[in-house]
Amino acid sequence: MSFLAILRATLAKDLLLEWRSKDAINAMLFFSLLVVVIFSFAFDPTAEESRRIAGGLIWVAFLFAAVVALNQTWARELRNQVLDAYRVSPAPANPLFLAKAVGNFIFVSVLEALMTPLFVMFYKLRPLGPAWELIPIAILGTWALVVNGTFFAALSIRTKSREIMLPLLLFPISIPALLGMVNATSAILTGEESAKFWIALLLAYDVVFTLACLLLFETILEAE
Amino acid sequence: MKRGFPILAIVTAVLLSFGLYEALIAAPTERTMGDVQRIFYYHVPSAWTAFLLFLINFVASVTYLIRRNAKADILAMVTAEVGVVFCTVVLVTGPIWARPVWGIWWTWDLRLTLTLVLWLIYVSYLMLRRFSTSSQTPVLAAVLAIFGALDVPLVYFSIWFFRTQHPSPVIGDGGSLDPRMAHVLLINWAAFLCLAWLVCWTRYRLEVVQREVEEAQSLESLLEGEGSR
Amino acid sequence: MNYLIAAYVATWVIHGTYLVILARKYSKIQREMKSLRK
Repeated sequence: MSFLAILRATLAKDLLLEWRSKDAINAMLFFSLLVVVIFSFAFDPTAEESRRIAGGLIWVAFLFAAVVALNQTWARELRNQVLDAYRVSPAPANPLFLAKAVGNFIFVSVLEALMTPLFVMFYKLRPLGPAWELIPIAILGTWALVVNGTFFAALSIRTKSREIMLPLLLFPISIPALLGMVNATSAILTGEESAKFWIALLLAYDVVFTLACLLLFETILEAE
Repeated sequence: MKRGFPILAIVTAVLLSFGLYEALIAAPTERTMGDVQRIFYYHVPSAWTAFLLFLINFVASVTYLIRRNAKADILAMVTAEVGVVFCTVVLVTGPIWARPVWGIWWTWDLRLTLTLVLWLIYVSYLMLRRFSTSSQTPVLAAVLAIFGALDVPLVYFSIWFFRTQHPSPVIGDGGSLDPRMAHVLLINWAAFLCLAWLVCWTRYRLEVVQREVEEAQSLESLLEGEGSR
Repeated sequence: MNYLIAAYVATWVIHGTYLVILARKYSKIQREMKSLRK
């Protein structure tokens, strides 16, 4: 089977399975909502201050939601010995990784799309800079979290306390991306600076780590 | 190889004592900061040593992925551990120096923040090593080390740009260095390098023996299993 | 002045702690080797 064929098949299968078993989705949606509400209680600034800190708050909230989604990335594969099958078969494992990463990306994007209007409402946000730039920031930022998150989820499959291992590994490596996402968003919201450097940084981060993940996924898959 | 060890130990002790004397007594007192500035003679060489150890870890990790030999893996583990120790020293002495001189415990300046992120990455590396139950932990750890290395330039640039937007006090020597101070700095660096070498060597030998013991233990339990049938 | 002493002491405490950890590992290995020899 070709690369794209495997990719499409795996992705379609994942999305279909997630759609059918709605429990996980519902729990995560509710979790995302809770995060927004709790943050709103914890940080209740005036409209002026809110623009400065909202960037950070939003992305931390997205980060937590992403970790919840990422933790179950490989759960189904583990249960059904899919990874063992990939290990023995001559088929490349990269389409599997990409399918998982794209699936996670779609899922986390849905969570973000739901959380954002709530944030805007609670914090009375109105971007003073070019708002359309928020779209590449969201895409690049989410991909940065998801691509490394999917990879590290695979890395932590055989570890004790798997659920805590993922964020432990992901957070330090994601720091430059987080700086990028938060500062870019704040730049757009406050309109005080240009987000261009941060967007370029996020792009560089995404390229470097997507390549790294694709090159090294087979290595770690074989090592499990 | 084993004979070199006591010699290294003596050299280390001598250099450390001499370095200490130079730092606390012989070195001239700095004009603006006073005696507190002497912390610099421990803070900076520890940072350089930590970075060097992490560099060695990166090289050892890549070597391991290519050659899969146990020595590279043990070297990677050892340099990560000792690197974290030296890194911790940097992160503790930094604030202790900053507080009396600049009035703040912490500042997100480039060098200190980079050190913090490196510390976080390598602590997560050590956690992976400790908590992994896979038989191929060395491969996983090596891959993580590579990710960490790829991250470093990105961390550097992101903090650098952030700092140009939001300037803050820089913890540092503040410009050109008196040659007498440079001399003391270098002596202490040599001392810490020897210390790092000594400790790494010790830890390396310890790990080699540890692995042999573990192998013997599993062999023993295997044989016991056979015998009881 | 106190800060200076604190920094130097802290450095050696950190290094010392690690060496103590190594010493403990060493004793543990000694014990395990002894039990293996039996």
